[in-house]
Amino acid sequence: MSILNKHGLLERHSLLLTIGILVVVSIGGLIQMAPLAYMDNTIEKVDGMRPYTPLELMGRDIYVREGCYVCHSQMVRPLRDEVERYGHYSLAAESMYDHPFQWGSKRTGPDLARVGGKYSAEWQVDHLKDPRALVPESVMPPYAFLAEKKLNFDRIEDRLRTERMLGVPYTDEMIENAEGHLYAQADPDEKGYDYLDGLLEQYDGASGREGSVEFRDYDGDPRRVTEMDAIVAYLQMTGTLVDFSTYEADDLSNRR
Amino acid sequence: MMISRTNSSNASGGSIASVSALVAIFGVLALIIAGRTIDHAMGIQAMTFIALATAFLVGTGMWAGNLLDRNPFDESRYEDTLVKFGVFASMFWGIAGLLVGVIIALQLTFPNVFYFPELGWTNFGRLRPLHTSAVIFAFGGNVLLATSFYVVQRTCRTRIAGGMWPWFVFWGYQIFIVLAATGYLMGVTQSKEYAEPEWYVDLWLTIVWVAYLLVFLGTLWKRKEPHIYVANWFYLSFIVTIAMLHIVNNLSIPVSLTGTKSVQVFSGVQDAMTQWWYGHNAVGFFLTTGFLAIMYYFIPKRVNRPVYSYRLSIVHFWSLIFIYIWAGPHHLHYTALPQWAQTLGMTFSIMLWMPSWGGMINGVMTLSGAWDKLRTDPVVRMMVVSLAFYGMATFEGPLMSVRAVNSLSHYTEWGIGHVHSGALGWVGYISFGALYCLVPWLYKKKALFSKSLVEWHFWISTIGILFYMISMWFAGIMEGLMWRAYNEYGFLEYSFVETVEAKHISYMIRALGGGLYFSGALIMAYNLVRTALGHGAAEPVEAKPDPYATPEPRATLVLAE
Repeated sequence: MSILNKHGLLERHSLLLTIGILVVVSIGGLIQMAPLAYMDNTIEKVDGMRPYTPLELMGRDIYVREGCYVCHSQMVRPLRDEVERYGHYSLAAESMYDHPFQWGSKRTGPDLARVGGKYSAEWQVDHLKDPRALVPESVMPPYAFLAEKKLNFDRIEDRLRTERMLGVPYTDEMIENAEGHLYAQADPDEKGYDYLDGLLEQYDGASGREGSVEFRDYDGDPRRVTEMDAIVAYLQMTGTLVDFSTYEADDLSNRR
Repeated sequence: MMISRTNSSNASGGSIASVSALVAIFGVLALIIAGRTIDHAMGIQAMTFIALATAFLVGTGMWAGNLLDRNPFDESRYEDTLVKFGVFASMFWGIAGLLVGVIIALQLTFPNVFYFPELGWTNFGRLRPLHTSAVIFAFGGNVLLATSFYVVQRTCRTRIAGGMWPWFVFWGYQIFIVLAATGYLMGVTQSKEYAEPEWYVDLWLTIVWVAYLLVFLGTLWKRKEPHIYVANWFYLSFIVTIAMLHIVNNLSIPVSLTGTKSVQVFSGVQDAMTQWWYGHNAVGFFLTTGFLAIMYYFIPKRVNRPVYSYRLSIVHFWSLIFIYIWAGPHHLHYTALPQWAQTLGMTFSIMLWMPSWGGMINGVMTLSGAWDKLRTDPVVRMMVVSLAFYGMATFEGPLMSVRAVNSLSHYTEWGIGHVHSGALGWVGYISFGALYCLVPWLYKKKALFSKSLVEWHFWISTIGILFYMISMWFAGIMEGLMWRAYNEYGFLEYSFVETVEAKHISYMIRALGGGLYFSGALIMAYNLVRTALGHGAAEPVEAKPDPYATPEPRATLVLAE
């Protein structure tokens, strides 16, 4: 095998070896990753997707911070048992505003892609505080401290602005009123009262349908906005945005 | 002679000054961030960095001040002190990482005992990244730093390049570990598995890693051997590819330059593809090629035989690194990733079986003519068993990457079992073997403090691995089948929590297995410390003459087919 005899060249020249390695390890990644960025059919065209509201986004940040993805996937596979257990299989479009994605890799707990609306907010709060009080066999950690901690949203406008920089369609009005919108969703009767109409107009407008935003005091403590309010607001909307009544799974453009 | 000594002192002084300047600049940046931040976690991270950077600068200053006329980077000697630091850092982080692993295994087994509602930072979600990063990057990373510095010097027959810069790589890497670990406990994470550290820690690691690449290449450039030894191809591919993976997967924009939070550049499908391209190749290039490099030096050296086949090493090296990079999408079967990408990932994962076994065969067959050492030398046995685990994990991996199998195995404990057969069996054992070799060599001892303690370590850990793997196979396949089970009326048979309950016994056995493996590591640490102190059988060997006069295993090992 004469080609193997030529290998000595690479063994004597470290830069050639380095460049050779770099070329060889670049090919696979380029071929798999680059097309996803420009191919039209990577992400389905669906009705109903909108950016997260400020409160939901803060809740998602807490989901990330606490490492929920370590035990909960957010990706329903198109398998009979999963569709029956969790709901419609997940679409690429449903995570297109997720920087980063939260598909997960392990189900120590159940999938959460469609947990939104499956339980009441009160159940979610009680379960997060003490999982084994509601589900005795559960191995989930307790998150009672979320109800004690005031939500920190000092940088909410910068946060939304950074998302917009990366392609999430937040409007100027959404960014300027982010704090008001956050109060409107978590405390619609008092502090956020004046912003409620704007919140619904902006986010329902982006979604293209009414009722895409739930607003209420989530944690049973109307005096302040806690981390519990935010994470339950996020959990209660996961997987609820896409309008599956208008989604045609068998359409050729939706086959990937 | 005088002139050359002065010259080299100046050169060494230059590297001390440049390293100190770099660390000082980052210290000042951290000070600015600490002064301006409104983010509590960022304040703590910045102060931690300042404390560590100050300690480094003061330590360097005191050490340099005591040098007087001595050249600390004497070109006629190997830099072995650095390797000694790496060996002990590996032991320290290994024990820490395994301990966290045992704790989180116990949390899933006895949640009422091991969760503390008031201490949110001890929850599974924060400790699990601490465990994975500690064992992969802190333990594994330090083993790779220590062995690569040792091996590249010996096989190039020259001192490591860069004067103070290899020390910067070592201490800079420890700073990275501390920042990442304390960050996880405070909830600072970007949630990308095995790439959890936030943007500023990623930037710091990038600088450390570039320095590592240059130190390594610099050593190759001044080698006194015409050929670059095969272990160094593997180290080089590990360093280069990890740099590429790290930079692309961590592309993000910080919300504020004085805050911890950043937003990933990619989203959804693209982000998932990028993450698993990274994630699978962290396995491929951190936990495989890096540790294959260890195999290619320590097994031939320990059994005193040449590498089995030079040609096989060429073929399996290039095919391994080419094919590995495609395998990522097998983590995304049946997801919203386009199916063509999933199919490519599966196809290449199956192809990957062959180059993986090429490496295993090359390592095991190196024992040709020295098979008796399996019986007489527990260190050799440990390294060969590591190759057996490598062969097993790299057969199981392609199997699990098949879509139909994956529909059952994915998201279950089977994945955890698979990872740990590779991590505990392959990465752990080849590392322990290298550490058992290195300590007597570095401290110039005839043997380890106690050979029977190595036997104890070997058998306790092996039983631990078996408990771990078998319990997780059992739990994984059981829950996979339970999730998809239907009853006679056509309804799902089990609720989710019934599958959780069914794993309780498996979780107990797993925790026991992890505990045994952890105990084995403690025995090793004790044995290695006693060896370094020269106790028991660790008697001093006569001082060797000039190291360059002694032929070390070198390129001729592979050339002499």
